[in-house]
Amino acid sequence: MENIPEQNQKKNNTGYTKYILVWFALIILTGLTVSLAGMDLGRITVATALLIASIKSSLVLSVFMHLKSEQKAFKVFVLVALFFIVVSFVLLFSDYSSY
Amino acid sequence: MISAPENTAAVNIHRDDIGTRMGIWLFLFTELLLFGGMFFIYSIYRFLHQNEFHLAALELNVIVGTFNTAILLTSSLTIALSIAAIQNDNKKLSVILQIMTLVLGAAFLVNKYFEWMTKINHGIYPGSDLLLSRKPGEILFFGLYYVMTGLHGLHVIIGMVLIAVMLRLTVLNKIDSNNFVRLEAAGLYWHLVDIIWIFLFPLFYLIT
Amino acid sequence: MRARKMNNVNYNKDVSYLEYKGKYSGLPGWIFSTDHKRIGILYLVTMLSFFAVGVSFGFMIRLKLLFPGNAIISPQTYNSFFTLHGVIMIFLFIIPGLPAVFGNFFLPIMIGAKDVAFPRINLLSWWLFLTGGLLAITSILLPGGPADTGWTFYIPYSVRTGTNVIFTMFAAFVLGFSSILTGINFVTTIHRLRAPGMGWFKMPLFPWSLYATGWIQILATPIIGITLLLVIIERLFRVGIFDPSLGGDPILYQHLFWIYSHPAVYIMILPAMGVISEIIPVFSGRTIFGYRFIAYSSLAIAFFGSLVWAHHMFTAGMSNTGQFIFSLLTFLVAIPSAVKVFNWVATLYKGSIRVEPPLMYALAFIFLFSIGGLTGLMQGALSVNIQIHATSFIVGHFHYVMFGGTGFGMFAALHYWFPKMFGKMYNIKRAKTAFWFLLIGFNLLYFPMLIMGWLGMPRRYYSYLPEFQPFHVASTIGSWILITGLIILFANLIIALRKGKIVTEKNIWGGETLEWQTATPPIVENFEEIPVVESGFYEYKQNNIQLVEEDINK
Repeated sequence: MENIPEQNQKKNNTGYTKYILVWFALIILTGLTVSLAGMDLGRITVATALLIASIKSSLVLSVFMHLKSEQKAFKVFVLVALFFIVVSFVLLFSDYSSY
Repeated sequence: MISAPENTAAVNIHRDDIGTRMGIWLFLFTELLLFGGMFFIYSIYRFLHQNEFHLAALELNVIVGTFNTAILLTSSLTIALSIAAIQNDNKKLSVILQIMTLVLGAAFLVNKYFEWMTKINHGIYPGSDLLLSRKPGEILFFGLYYVMTGLHGLHVIIGMVLIAVMLRLTVLNKIDSNNFVRLEAAGLYWHLVDIIWIFLFPLFYLIT
Repeated sequence: MRARKMNNVNYNKDVSYLEYKGKYSGLPGWIFSTDHKRIGILYLVTMLSFFAVGVSFGFMIRLKLLFPGNAIISPQTYNSFFTLHGVIMIFLFIIPGLPAVFGNFFLPIMIGAKDVAFPRINLLSWWLFLTGGLLAITSILLPGGPADTGWTFYIPYSVRTGTNVIFTMFAAFVLGFSSILTGINFVTTIHRLRAPGMGWFKMPLFPWSLYATGWIQILATPIIGITLLLVIIERLFRVGIFDPSLGGDPILYQHLFWIYSHPAVYIMILPAMGVISEIIPVFSGRTIFGYRFIAYSSLAIAFFGSLVWAHHMFTAGMSNTGQFIFSLLTFLVAIPSAVKVFNWVATLYKGSIRVEPPLMYALAFIFLFSIGGLTGLMQGALSVNIQIHATSFIVGHFHYVMFGGTGFGMFAALHYWFPKMFGKMYNIKRAKTAFWFLLIGFNLLYFPMLIMGWLGMPRRYYSYLPEFQPFHVASTIGSWILITGLIILFANLIIALRKGKIVTEKNIWGGETLEWQTATPPIVENFEEIPVVESGFYEYKQNNIQLVEEDINK
């Protein structure tokens, strides 16, 4: 196939290691979140669980989903979507958490 | 991927892998928000019924949940590796990894099936008399449990269908090292399904 | 002439999109076409059909409301009529509206592309639209009768009523998908397919508005998707999500419903504002004032508009904190809209105005949208809201913005782009006559609603106190004048399609965007060669547009 733009060309010698390392990290973080669940962390229980889940998700996003190597626009997109979710949630919650 | 001229107005099909990936990412946002709406509902009800959610969560099996989490995380690895493999022109490895992804996905669904059946056999399912006789917070918890894990399971099935299609295309050499954006697309979808579970798992199983 | 002939089909790229014959001819050549221009026309035809149905329901509602007591139709039928009127007008007409018709037709051309990023997904969008529409219409005919919940489907009535709520909600769900796919398509198209040299700030304002709209379509629509799905599941399986008898919170439903449905109104209005931004400069003979401000204001409206939804719920049982926050945000969202209005007026100032139908509708837009917007601000004030929530005042307000705004924006777009799309010209005098019927009828129909709503007339009520009757009578007469205007408008355009004067000139209005540099009607791939843009925005005409081809003037 002629005229394949640069972006579509194959890249030989793509490494497998980084994926496996990320996988290890994800498994460890899963173990961490399970063991923390057994402890009573009081008020920060939910926040901790969400924090660990967020770290896992950002690993999946940046390495498995190649967000790290994509154009800047993609990263901005993800931030916009996350921002919308977070802000909507905060506003929604404000109605329930106050009088 | 160039189809016969008579199918299109443009004789040269415009190929833009970045554009394709962009479209997929935007679509993934819609899936994220679809589940996001349900996470919103979960959060509000959990805030309003903290104890009842806690009690209800005790009835879920943490071991099965953790196991399923590990299965899905590993399946994310295998599909990511399968893309790397095809980039390296290693068709055989890519095919094996895609098959492994499907197997892991199936294992996830089997576990889910057994989890659900256990609950249903104990009389806890939407609309059941037993469930409706419980406190509101517990009814809400299990309602959300079934709907959210059910919809998630549906997306696992959809993801598996997509990967199966890509598997066939890879075997037929229609996906190769010069043309693998469709495999990437299926992979992206699968990773999103994984991310949703990454959040579902602690919120339903680990709030004890 | 670059023609390739194969099996008696003509792949001549230079033929107009209307005459092109590909693998299919006749009707299949249209309903299976991936050409964005044909898809735009498909949307136009199906949308106007649904619009006619929606207008009929509106007509019947107004007919009933001539009389305070029992008359014309039963209360049950009345409830279904205003539900269907809302569902059809909102989901089948105004939301798809400008993006689906004029966005599809002109976005690629205005940015110098051959088509959208995903032409086949584009066709799928239309098929989903058609399916959703047919589902909604079918719900009328099934046993149980059409939904009577109002288009808002509030809990708990929507899980209690025996009417075909599931069908109607599912129709809305399918239509949501159609909208999402269009949004994805347009955002990607604008990022990836702009012609060489067309940076973001050389892009015309209509594409800018479509970009902002696309983001709202992508991010907000799934929320109503899941909400509707959950109510359907709750009806079917008694799950316990919103139903208060099962522990659920009806207010939570309202929150989720409006998290989409408020941004939805910005899906409706932003493209219309984009059209106005295109028309005003052309008919003032001046460049638009404050181009960047208008571009940024589209993004700002999309942003702020996502944060104000609970102003629909001030009297529902919200916390005081919530009310305060949302009222404040509601006032903020008016600012970028005002920026646009000021810039349009500044563009007109000292321009050489040509009073043609597109401009007349654009000016009416500014007037009617301003009334709608100002009444919206009034509603955003908490103390006022208590008085006027769920009254005719609200009905008047949203018709001023949705119909006076987006509706007239569509009429403006139709009269502006009709010659380019079809290569035919309509009768100007008749178009102007229709305009006056529409403007007068519109105000007579909706202004009384503002007054009687203020005086206490509730919305969605079948019967009312005798003191409101004069207002209702005036309003109904207004509806007849308005409908007459609609008939004249569309009859004029249909006559033009058949025997209107043929137009081959590329640029009959003197526009400065790329669609006025293409053939009339456009050829299949829009351009002989993709243009390379070297001038600033809206300067194409002055700089004799740098198209990379030998012969522009055929």
